[in-house]
Parts: sequence; C-alpha cells; structure tokens
Amino acid sequence: MSHIHVKTTINGDAVEFLCQADETLLDVLRDRLDLTGSKEGCASGDCGACSVTLDGRLVCSCLMLGAEAEGSKIETIEGMAEGETLHPLQQAFLDHAALQCGVCTPGFLIAAKALLEKNPDPSEEETRYWLAGNLCRCTGYDKIIRAVLAAAKNMRETA
Amino acid sequence: MNYQSPQSVADALALLAADENSRVLAGGTDLLVRLRLGHIAPSTIVDIKQIDGMRAITQEAGGFRIGAAVTGAEMSEHSNLGEAWPGVVEATDLIGSTQVQGRATPVGNLCNAGPAADSVPALVAAGAMVRVEGPDGTRDVAAEDIPKGPGKTSLTQKELVTSIFLPARPANSADAYLRFIPRTEMDIAVVGCGVSLTLDDNGTIIEARVSLGAVAPKVLLVKEAAEAIIGTKLDDAALDRLALAASTAANPIDDKRGTVAFRKDVSGVLARRAAKIAYSRAKGDK
Repeated sequence: MSHIHVKTTINGDAVEFLCQADETLLDVLRDRLDLTGSKEGCASGDCGACSVTLDGRLVCSCLMLGAEAEGSKIETIEGMAEGETLHPLQQAFLDHAALQCGVCTPGFLIAAKALLEKNPDPSEEETRYWLAGNLCRCTGYDKIIRAVLAAAKNMRETA
Repeated sequence: MNYQSPQSVADALALLAADENSRVLAGGTDLLVRLRLGHIAPSTIVDIKQIDGMRAITQEAGGFRIGAAVTGAEMSEHSNLGEAWPGVVEATDLIGSTQVQGRATPVGNLCNAGPAADSVPALVAAGAMVRVEGPDGTRDVAAEDIPKGPGKTSLTQKELVTSIFLPARPANSADAYLRFIPRTEMDIAVVGCGVSLTLDDNGTIIEARVSLGAVAPKVLLVKEAAEAIIGTKLDDAALDRLALAASTAANPIDDKRGTVAFRKDVSGVLARRAAKIAYSRAKGDK
C-alpha cells in the first residue's frame, strides 16, 4: 500500500516523513524518525508517557495518526534541552530526584513545560490536576510536583 | 486502511457514501483506542478537521455554533461561551486528562454514544441542537435523539454531524453539570446530572431541563424532574420533589462502579446539588 507524505516542523526543524494510514504520531516519531524519547505506556491516552505538543497544545501522540500532523508544529522531549544545557524543568527533576525508572519522565517534562507556558505560577493543586494524565508508578508524584513548582519559581525569578 | 482529509462537507459526504466501512475522525481519542484494540477495522478514515468551520465556535442568533472538531480545551478557553453555558463547558472539561482535552470533542462524545459521556447530559439539559448533513440534505436534531443505546446512534453511516448549536440565553439563565466518581479526576461517571434553568425577575423558575447520564442505556431527559421545580424558588420541598423524580427516572445497571440502589440515590443527590448551582448562577451569584 502506498504511503502518505506528511510535512511537519519538529523541534524547529522542517521534517517530512512517509507513513501508513494506521500509524500513530508516536509510531512515526519512534520508528521512523528515531525520536524515541516519547514512550508508549498504554496506547489508550491514559498514561501520558507519549506526550508532545502539537501547535503548542499538549496531546498524547498515541491518540493521533501521523497523517493528522500534516502542516503542524510538534515539540518533543528531544527539543527541550539547548545543546548541553538542560531546561530548568529537567534540572529540577534531577535536583529533586523526581524520577526513578524514567519511562514517564519525558511525558511529565513536556506536560509540565506546557503548564508553565500557560501558567508560570501554578498552585500545587493546579499542577496536580494538569498532570493528572501523566502516570508514574515509581515516585508517588510528590517529588515530581515539588520539582515542577521549584522549576516554576526558578523560571519566574530568572525571567 | 485509507486516510482522507477532505476540505469540504460535500467531499466528506462523498467519501462516507463511497465506502460503507468508513469512519469519521474528529479528535480521535475514542476512535484510535478502538482501532488499536481491534474493535473496529474501517477501510476509510474521514478526518473532518480540515473542513472550513469545523474547528470554529461562532456566535449565531444570540447563541453559539460549535464545530464538530472543536475540542474541550478550546471551549474552556473561549472568551464568553462559559459565561452563557457554564454547565456545558464544565461537563466537557471533565472528560479525560489535559492531553485528552486538547483533542477530544463534545460532538465525538455525543456520537460515540457512551451512556456515561460527561458532555452529553449537559448538552441535553441545554437543549442543544445537532446539525446533521447527509445525502438527503441538512437536518437539525435534538441532542437527546442522537444516542440510541450503548455505542448506537440514530445517524446513518452516510451522515455527518457538522456542529452543535447552543441557543441564545434569556435573562436570568444558567446551567450546571455534576458527576459522581469515586476519585477526583480521570474517571468515568457513575452518575452524571445536567440542569439548565431560567428564572423570572423574582427568582421563580420559569423554565427547566434536567438530564441524567450513566443511569440508563442512553442519556435521560427527565421531564418530571423539571416539572417538580418549575414555578418554585427552589425551596426545600421543590428540591425533595426534584430528587425523588430524578431517582425514580434513573434506570441503571449494577456494575463494578455502582449498584442500582446507589445510582438511583445519587441521581437525586446530584440533581439537587446541580439545580442549586444552576439556580445560584442564574441569579447572578458568582
């Protein structure tokens, strides 16, 4: 069967790919573009490990087809650090030990970044609700929430 | 599987008519899960998001027309939709996570015909009209007449919902939606209840619509519950009659999320609470 030709911008770079109609955006990122930071946890939109932003909007890349990405701007975990310099959220996750196995971490970082872009000073409750679609089976969430709030404070102070 | 992204309603209808095994794709948060689980195996996917107007919320005749691909997040962020229809917006906002809100659409929630769909009781209480396009032209259908039972709708395979219309609000009107779940987020309604009210200048209810979700094979519009509070100022006796009417109308099943007796009781409790919120909003309390 012939492929679909899709033109996107991923992490600031023009990226074209070919995919089958039934491939999800997550399949394309991982298997065709070697962007394996986004993870497949549940493939049903419950766990958030595949989180990316699409035209600035936080989405599960497992819940959309690669073909639907035509013309859109996608941001993935691979675009978060600037070279060797970690994003303040990434640094805060390390400083607060907000990860253990790490499978959920790219999704949490992308989701937290989307939160702070919309609301630079979220309350703990707002942060917990925003991240309710990201599951972590290791940390118990508390360190993740503390890391996000610390990064938010740091980003506000250095802005 | 063949993926199509038509630019017009006419092209979308032609694609649906050309393949009996075609499926409409809007947000995809239900469709992709069912594809992955192998519950459906369509030969054509018709993505309607590129069609003009599908992603727009427009003011029309004093009300709002919500395109079939408008997401929950876009409804929550709209500057004045939530002022006119707070219950519809809060109900839609309860569906799934932040990620799901970025894709999922109330039209998809309606057409998926899940009995526990959160936006549907709110749309029914609001008196939402659903615009359906098909080979025989355009028809406007009341939201409660779209679902027929779990996973079943009154739409034919060749038809497409293009928008939902929320009518203009008279003065002193408001709606509210509440659901019961055993946790605080990311769950499916055990019971859901929508209430929409219009008051006169003295605070007497002159119009009411009360709906229940997750307590029958499809959403219920409970006329007896509305009649129980019309002509009242929502005093305790009216609230008791409302709760009794809602509990009586509920016709749920026993399952892992709740028993029949529990769901009938909670139907009354939620109707009472949602009516109080809608009443307070209609009076202009913040």
